Amino acid sequence: MYLLDALSTPAQYLPIAIQFAFGVLFVAGMIAISHFLGPKRNTSDKLDTFESGIEQIGNARQPMAIKYFLVAILFVLFDVEVIFFYPYALNFKSLGWEGFAAVCMFVTFFFAGFFYIYKKGALKWED
Amino acid sequence: MGATQIIFWILSIVAVFSAIMVITRKNPVYSVLYLIITFFAISGHYVLMNAQFLAIVNIIVYAGAILVLFLFVLMLMNLNKESEPKKNKFMLWASAFAGGLLLYVLLAAVHTAHIENVKGIHVGNIGLVSELGKALFTTYVVPFEITSILFLSAMVGAVVIGKKD
Repeated sequence: MYLLDALSTPAQYLPIAIQFAFGVLFVAGMIAISHFLGPKRNTSDKLDTFESGIEQIGNARQPMAIKYFLVAILFVLFDVEVIFFYPYALNFKSLGWEGFAAVCMFVTFFFAGFFYIYKKGALKWED
Repeated sequence: MGATQIIFWILSIVAVFSAIMVITRKNPVYSVLYLIITFFAISGHYVLMNAQFLAIVNIIVYAGAILVLFLFVLMLMNLNKESEPKKNKFMLWASAFAGGLLLYVLLAAVHTAHIENVKGIHVGNIGLVSELGKALFTTYVVPFEITSILFLSAMVGAVVIGKKD
């Protein structure tokens, strides 16, 4: 809480910016170094598309099952739910019971939705 | 030129460049990857404007989750060379016309906007997470609860459309 309170001006984001820059430069630098230092002996096996070491099977551009998409959409919805907890957590004490009731109601609606999803079997992988 | 302005220009150049890359790439997966860079640059703009909640949400929801959905949509499409649809001249001009109209509307909106109401860079602190929480859970608590009903309808819609039976 004290850490988040301290982040009240953009200038205090400088360490985060430095960390981002370091991450990007580190990865780019490592790739560049390995490109220059590493020996290149390309064989047809090495240039093949990597499929966990087994030989390629079929076409990569096959339409995939819609249930992946369904799970991803449901994930996004609950992701947004969690985001609303951040502003609440920072004001947990000052909002008191009224804020708690508001959040409880919010979560209850989501639980109703989760119950519906569960009962409909949208999260069941094998049909 | 202060440090803020230098950062602003760097972020703007990165955002515009990667946005142009998004719409010019032939491979849609590269487009999505450039879109991630665009979102990060826009998050940097949010931080400069002291809208830190928006910056975090933009990274968590858009760069994290929505782009996964974009990738799934790309994989759900049939992108084989044989099944590629024929490109129509008429469609090209129609889409250019529609896009031009949208640009015209946006330019008109910017032209008629009241500039004096716009806050300067990092003025005010309503965008901070704690300040936003205070406003959200006291003044705007009813709209906040209504959003949960919106999410409920989104869940029902997703399940009804995506589930077979």
